[in-house]
This record gives sequence, C-alpha cells and structure tokens, in this order.
Amino acid sequence: MKVQVRYFAALREALGPAEAVELAAGSTLGALRDALLARGGRHAEVLARGRAVRCALDQTMADESATLRDGAEVAFFPPVTGG
Amino acid sequence: MPQVSIQTADFDLTAEVAALRGDDGGVGAIASFVGTVRNRNDGSAVSGMELEHYPGMTERAIEAMIDEAQRRFDIRAVRVVHRVGPLQPGDQIVLVAVTSAHRGQAFQACEFLMDYLKTQAPFWKKETTPEGARWVDARVADDDALARWGITAGNA
Repeated sequence: MKVQVRYFAALREALGPAEAVELAAGSTLGALRDALLARGGRHAEVLARGRAVRCALDQTMADESATLRDGAEVAFFPPVTGG
Repeated sequence: MPQVSIQTADFDLTAEVAALRGDDGGVGAIASFVGTVRNRNDGSAVSGMELEHYPGMTERAIEAMIDEAQRRFDIRAVRVVHRVGPLQPGDQIVLVAVTSAHRGQAFQACEFLMDYLKTQAPFWKKETTPEGARWVDARVADDDALARWGITAGNA
C-alpha cells in the first residue's frame, strides 16, 4: 500500500513538505517511522527515537500504534506552539 | 459566520464580538482572549515571527475542541480566529471569544479553549532574533495547563 507523508516546521525544512511511501499492508504508524529511519541521513536524524516528534493520521493527532490504510495521510511534526 | 478562521489578515475584536453576539438576547456574558506577539522570548529580542500551520487539520482540531467546550460548559457561541504567516511584535495572533448566559461558564470555556489550542492545534512559531531565526520550543507549562481540565496533552 502507499501512504502520503507530510512534514511541518523544522521537519519540513529538513525533509521537504511531502513524500509518498510504499509500505506493507496493515503497517502501523510506528512501522512507517521505522522505515523512514532506516533510510539514514536526514530522515534518521530528525525522526530519531527520543526526538520530540508528534504525528497525525488523516489530520487527527495519533500515536505510533495506529494502523495505516492505503491512501492514508500521515504527518510528522515537532510539538505544536500556536496561540 | 464560521466558528473558526485561519487567516493572514488581522482581526477586529469589537467586530468579531458583535458578530458573535448577533441578536442572541440570551447572552449575558462575553469572555474573550487575544494573544499577541511579544518583543522578547527566552532571553532574546524578537523582531518578527512566522506562523506555519497544517491546513485542514488545524480547522478540524479547533472545531473538535469547540465541540468539547460545548459539551463541558453551558455556553452559547464560540469564535476562534488564528493568524498565520509573517507577524511583527505587537501584532494580534489569536482570538478566542465565548458567549454565555453568565460569566462563570464564559470565563472557564475561554480558558479551556486556549489551553487546548496551545497543545493540540497544529501551529508552529518561528521567531527572528539577533542570533538568527529559531523555532519556538513547546512549554511543559502548557501541557500542565491542559492537565488541569483532565486532559493529557503529551505535546512538550
């Protein structure tokens, strides 16, 4: 299956605004993060475990246990600082 | 009038509140909060700010928090305006306005909405300082503020 990944703020500056990622059906959001980390380089740096990274699935805050479906929109971003 | 507006343009508190009240004769209290850009943050002078957001998710997140406020408090109407794009010190950033029959529920709902927005709405501030541009860090105090309402923020 294919999911659309979006990045915001400092993650967007490092990785660009969006990319499509091919994943095994039934993968979780955490598995997607693992796949991106495995690429090394900037992905491994800014998505590293222990870094403050939040995620959303289909435009709702989500955690890494969330299961993805084909065509899902996933976003990774730093803690939010609005208001 | 929409409940939520994300816009680059400034807003007029008086006009927003008048529109929110409309002809609702049951309104006895209006509470509003306006957030503005400070000229200092974390020990540095701030000469400008850029506000980024996640179009689509931002509106959904704020509409969800308004739904939650309507469940928790006896309020009549809510208006949230949040600016994005380039801002200067002194500029208005955010407006939350709430109408209700009596002041207590309006005050509480207004504070609840701001506490929620600070940690759950996808906005990011990048400020310009003499040392260069930097992304603003999330504050644990903001997570603590939402915790008072029984909600775990998990942001900072």
